[in-house]
Amino acid sequence: MKSDLLKQAFDKQKAFKKHAISYRKKPLESTKTPDVPKGLYEQCDACKKTFMSEDIVNNRFVCPACHHHFRLRAVDRLSLMVDSHSFIEKGLGYITLDPLFIDGYESKIADYKKRTGLDEAYIYGYAQIKGLPLVIGVMDSYFMMGSMGSVVGEKVTKSIEYAMMKKLPLVMFIASGGARMQEGIYSLMQMAKTSGALKKFNDQGLLFISVLTHPTTGGVTASFASLGDIILAEPKALIGFAGPRVIKQTIKQDLPEGFQRSEFLLEKGMVDKVVDRHHMRDTIHQLLRFHQKEL
Amino acid sequence: MDILKKEMRLNQLEATLKELDDVQAKAEINEKIEAYKNNMMKKLTAWDRVLLARHPKRLTAKDVIECVFDEFMDLHGDRAFEDDQAIVGGIATIEGRAVTVIGQQKGKTTEENIACNFAMPHPEGYRKALRLMKQAEKFNRPIITLIDTPGAFPGIGAESRGQGEAIARNLYEMSGLKVPVIAVVLGEGGSGGALAIGVGNHVYMLENSIYSILSPEGYASILWKDASKAKDAAEAMKLTSYDLREQGIITGIIKEPIGGAHRHPKNTCLNIKDTIMRSLKHFDSYSAFEITKERYNTYRSIGFLQRFNYENLKGVIK
Ligand SMILES: [Zn+2]
Repeated sequence: MKSDLLKQAFDKQKAFKKHAISYRKKPLESTKTPDVPKGLYEQCDACKKTFMSEDIVNNRFVCPACHHHFRLRAVDRLSLMVDSHSFIEKGLGYITLDPLFIDGYESKIADYKKRTGLDEAYIYGYAQIKGLPLVIGVMDSYFMMGSMGSVVGEKVTKSIEYAMMKKLPLVMFIASGGARMQEGIYSLMQMAKTSGALKKFNDQGLLFISVLTHPTTGGVTASFASLGDIILAEPKALIGFAGPRVIKQTIKQDLPEGFQRSEFLLEKGMVDKVVDRHHMRDTIHQLLRFHQKEL
Repeated sequence: MDILKKEMRLNQLEATLKELDDVQAKAEINEKIEAYKNNMMKKLTAWDRVLLARHPKRLTAKDVIECVFDEFMDLHGDRAFEDDQAIVGGIATIEGRAVTVIGQQKGKTTEENIACNFAMPHPEGYRKALRLMKQAEKFNRPIITLIDTPGAFPGIGAESRGQGEAIARNLYEMSGLKVPVIAVVLGEGGSGGALAIGVGNHVYMLENSIYSILSPEGYASILWKDASKAKDAAEAMKLTSYDLREQGIITGIIKEPIGGAHRHPKNTCLNIKDTIMRSLKHFDSYSAFEITKERYNTYRSIGFLQRFNYENLKGVIK
């Protein structure tokens, strides 16, 4: 039954050949710009002050005045985290299909591919941090809010399996709006798939560090993101299952100040540590070191 | 005309039947009722099924437990915070064997619904479910879960106590359970809140139940910025039992009597019982290892995607 659907969707995928050709012409490279429009100057979302783009980039995409953490593209995250030239990307070649035949979904995906240079909202591979090997996975919130459809779910699972095969620690940087609505029930089931894979991973005695960044919500929070042996969070990131707007609508009350932010979660005992972007690399290195057989 | 309006018309016909004394007239109207019934269930739209799944008289988990199982003892609490009334659970017997039953409980009156929070569990509800599942695993009891929720509750308390973590933990632990898990969707299978007790070896849906990533209303408002397009969303989302079977997500469909489960609760429960018994017998010959492996592989293989062989394509990429 399912294969009929697959065939239909695949036939519909007119752009398939074009995909194969246009796919990842350029190697991954840092965009070296924070999230807001390209230009010489950038305005901080939080304090509204204006800075030279270069100053923000050189400050690890953190506002020099108010310490606001800008959203990061996956490639920029990688360049901040891992030793240069150590990253080897794995799990290439997945194609997102349109199982519910939603108008405009296919073209949206094509558009995001073009804009981000990624094939989906998650990349992973082998890398080193100060010489220590690991498998690193990064979600990109610029690719359709980092939402999890079949391909993201599959790649997350593959990254867990890859780490298991190589017996390496796994570090994931999460940034996601949740499940991808356009893929319906398939998106939902990715939650069970990724969580199940982590259970197997855990049974092997391997280390999984989950780093929650802005935003981490919905189906991703309710699956692999919350299952780290150690859960870190970036300052002031929005982290939760339901979005603030939905909660507000449901309970018809205003939400308390700082609700669902990293510091709130720390207070409630839901994350291990809130770690500044300037200290993230060192913190993860230290954690990797703690888990070496011989220190 | 949607199914609820058709049902009202049917109720009117049935009321007239009761008032009649004349045998001839009775027979006539009876015929009319039968024809009407059969007609109204042909060509149900997805939205009709949404309405049936949410029907105020729809069978609740407690109704099903009472009718399907011989004995049932309810057990309470997550041992950490409090007892969540949105989740019922305990030990039951079915044809002489003990099982653990966990369900999401809707009410039939406003009062009942407030008590059980409209079947929207808090984290403690999921943790209570997990506690009972681990207990079942220890004593080698199969687990039956009954799914009927609009979703996990979105609230300040729920978020503070880790709604996301609670659901994630259930998915994680359920994938490794050494006893068979049989899940039955009774009414609404709403998102992660449903899946959190739904990672089964076998997953069945009642014919007129739904299972989806979020409510049709939510879907319409997120994708089309218009919550009133819920009817169109219901069609587009492919959320009926037949859709889910076609998509290869569920094991099978449990038939409902004409007019929907609530019109003949007994018949519906008999069908549910048959299905559960068949499933239980199926797993009798399985070892614990096989049970876990089969469930893992089922979920591992779900996904709608293609992958091209990157190595072979290198020549194509310029
Ligand atoms: Zn600032």
